[in-house]
Amino acid sequence: MKPFRVTLALSLAAVAPLPAQSPAPIRVPYTIDTLPNGLTLIVHEDHSVPVVTAYTWFHVGSADEEPGRTGFAHLFEHLMFMGSQHAPYPQFDRLLEAAGASNNGSTNNDRTNYYEQGPVSALPLMLWLDADRMGWLLPTMDSAKVDLQRDVVKNERRQGVENQPYGLVEDILPGMLYPPGHPYSWTVIGSMKDLSAASLEDVKNFFRKYYAPNNAVIVVAGDVKAAEVKALVWKYFADIPRGPAITRPAVQPVTLARDTVHVAEDRVQVPRLHYSWHTPKLGTADDAALDLVAYILTGARTSRLTRKLVYELQIATDTDAFQASKRLASDFSVTATARPGHALPELQRVIDAELARLAEEGPSARELDQAKNTTEAQFLSLLESTNRKANQINSYYYQSGNPDGFQADLDRYRAVTADDIRRVVRSYLLAPKAVLSVVPLGKPELAVRGRVTP
Amino acid sequence: MIARAMVLLAQVTTPPTLAPPPGLKMPAVQEARLSNGLRLVVVPMHEVPLVQVVLSVAGGGRDDGPLAGLATFTAGMLDKGAGSRDANTIAEDVAYLGATLFAGADWNGINVALRVPKRSMGPALDLMADVALRPAFTAAEVKRQRDLRLANLVQQRDNPGAVAGLHYSALVFPANHPYHRPLGGDSASTAALDSSTVRRFYQRSFRPDRATVVVTGDITLPEAREEIGRRFGAWPVSGSVAANGSSPAVQPSSRPTTIFLVDKPAAAQSVVRMGHRGVQRSSVDYYAVQVMNTLLGGSFSSRLNSNLRETKGYTYGARSSFDFQPLPGPFTALADVRTDVTDSSLVEFLKELRRIRDSAVDPVELERTKQYLALRVPGSFETTGQVAGQVGTLLTFGLPFTWFDDYVRRIMAVTAEDVRRVARQYVHPDSLTIVVVGDVQKIRPGIEHLGLGPIEVRKP
Repeated sequence: MKPFRVTLALSLAAVAPLPAQSPAPIRVPYTIDTLPNGLTLIVHEDHSVPVVTAYTWFHVGSADEEPGRTGFAHLFEHLMFMGSQHAPYPQFDRLLEAAGASNNGSTNNDRTNYYEQGPVSALPLMLWLDADRMGWLLPTMDSAKVDLQRDVVKNERRQGVENQPYGLVEDILPGMLYPPGHPYSWTVIGSMKDLSAASLEDVKNFFRKYYAPNNAVIVVAGDVKAAEVKALVWKYFADIPRGPAITRPAVQPVTLARDTVHVAEDRVQVPRLHYSWHTPKLGTADDAALDLVAYILTGARTSRLTRKLVYELQIATDTDAFQASKRLASDFSVTATARPGHALPELQRVIDAELARLAEEGPSARELDQAKNTTEAQFLSLLESTNRKANQINSYYYQSGNPDGFQADLDRYRAVTADDIRRVVRSYLLAPKAVLSVVPLGKPELAVRGRVTP
Repeated sequence: MIARAMVLLAQVTTPPTLAPPPGLKMPAVQEARLSNGLRLVVVPMHEVPLVQVVLSVAGGGRDDGPLAGLATFTAGMLDKGAGSRDANTIAEDVAYLGATLFAGADWNGINVALRVPKRSMGPALDLMADVALRPAFTAAEVKRQRDLRLANLVQQRDNPGAVAGLHYSALVFPANHPYHRPLGGDSASTAALDSSTVRRFYQRSFRPDRATVVVTGDITLPEAREEIGRRFGAWPVSGSVAANGSSPAVQPSSRPTTIFLVDKPAAAQSVVRMGHRGVQRSSVDYYAVQVMNTLLGGSFSSRLNSNLRETKGYTYGARSSFDFQPLPGPFTALADVRTDVTDSSLVEFLKELRRIRDSAVDPVELERTKQYLALRVPGSFETTGQVAGQVGTLLTFGLPFTWFDDYVRRIMAVTAEDVRRVARQYVHPDSLTIVVVGDVQKIRPGIEHLGLGPIEVRKP
């Protein structure tokens, strides 16, 4: 672990320096087992409150979808709640609610996850229900269930994309950044056309390929004893047969040769500018540096872009920078919404100048400390909730094989230097990018023009 | 292979019998009062080296008077310059300390919430005390934040959910009611804000005898008393106490069900909000209303969600809620539904609002709902933020810290007859205010055809 040194000498601010102690390393103890069918179980005991979370990750996401079936991984996630052989619909939700437990699932590009959380007494039910849908989902699956959840997912898409101001950005940006056929070139929610095309046969094939125990990891965190959890998991899951090994084609790194510029019109009153760049994948050193860059740009009221655009010049209402860390490749985005009466080229000039300045000068020592200290506090918050810990353990295990990756992850941020910040801004954020302007209907003159980088 | 698989697949075919649920292990709530009347409540939680400190000053939006949004604006101004620090220095220091500092207001008070790693608690509390006790409210910063709010209000009009919410509150509550106007202000009230108005509101509101400090996390009572006392103990009792917002009659509107349409051309969905004035938090029917609403629209398995999402496929989610406040907040049922089934969705909403009044609830459904409410309580006390929130709610409504000790028993005592009684008393399908934000040209004919009541088209 690298010591966390606070730069006292350079600090001219009103606030006294922090005590220069190195906080105790974060440890999240766990046990790990693999059943003969390949199912991995990780247990983390936390006896502070009598609650438990069972968090299952299936290592499949929208990146695994077939051509013409975008949105399928997420549609499938919905079907996992539609009943299984011994817990027919709507028993899944009803039994859990009667036990005081809540549940949900989510899908992203790389994985699909499911949790149940509630009083520790509900754990056997959580695991039994999870086992029944892992082993016995198909006997009760039919077209009616697929049709119904297809409608629900289309409504989810309408609510989050079509009926959301600026929602169309989600549809447009991936295609600007990734070439056709790249696993990240389509959205997780998928297209209406592809959702309409999904069939019962697709559901069966997808389940057999990706929802086998050898492609799943269960993390149980809470007021439990590891040996008892292990016995329950063996009892309920051991008879589920192993599925085929999953092989994925290697994905070649993608770069943009030049800026790609696009203008979209939406039913909005003020324009919004989006920049997006290719950046290194989740878990790398530069991925952490770019998280800190995002903080230095827009993480606080006084971060560079927020201060310039919103506070000093007052030409934007909001601005946000974000490193979207993903398994195959990440992307970094900067978004800014103009105030009424301002056009996007005004915002663009400021953003470009601030990026160039950060690449040139780097952050001040204090600025970097602010980003790191805030990041460290976020790690502490993460440790308060068994649900969040369980999800994070799953993420670390999928990334590196080490469930207790918390301290190593924090160290990744602590190791970032001012030179790293300059270097990653120069390498990744001065490179060609996707430039998307969203303007009010009939107001293309508010957009950023195609200023093509050679 | 198939035969072997069948032999192997020896799933346990019935759900497991569960052990009794764990008892409620409520965290110990400790209390002290400083000599200036400031009430201090401490819940030690030592698992993670974090401390959360929430200062709440009674009043908030209900004291806005004629200037809607004054309380939330005043709260937002607290950290834009205070003590010897200007707006930017405050934000930089907060970040440097790894803290988050949030100042906001609701209908009941202004809250200043600090969350900080234990090792930087001291300087963070100094900063928080400046923000709460010595805000600058400079004219330049007030203008800056006022202009930002005006720009945000323009943007808000593009969001159909936000638009529906504004119309709904304005229609459910009469013009003389504090909840009639938006907590976040409107463009007219915002344009009228200046630093002297903000300072006057602050001076009337911020008194130690109207305030509580809730501290949760890695701290003890003596330590908290010392740390809070040193910074807030000399806060003088001064100024005139603001008159609490008026308390108009709480009877639900007698207006027959009326539909208000707000046009959003080419909308992919219709945003539906319906209801009327509800129940105040102090009602003896609180527990029965919670059970009734959870069954109607407060859980995934509730009737509204099962019907509109899981059976009909009209929406991504339908739900209902009672907003419990000192004055009765709204009862609201809501969903975003596909444009071409807007009328059919209204039919299903109405069907469920009538059914819960007209027929006895199924005993299994009732038992499941009660257990869901009762058994999930331990999960609401896991983080310092959750505990501070729960304690804050008890303080806001004047409830004892032992309130949760009795909660499970009171929930489990609710009967089917209680559910029907409170449904009849607090759900009124014949005097609903129904707001629909959508493509009026497409949805109006179908809604007219239903004959639910008069239809009025409102300007967005």
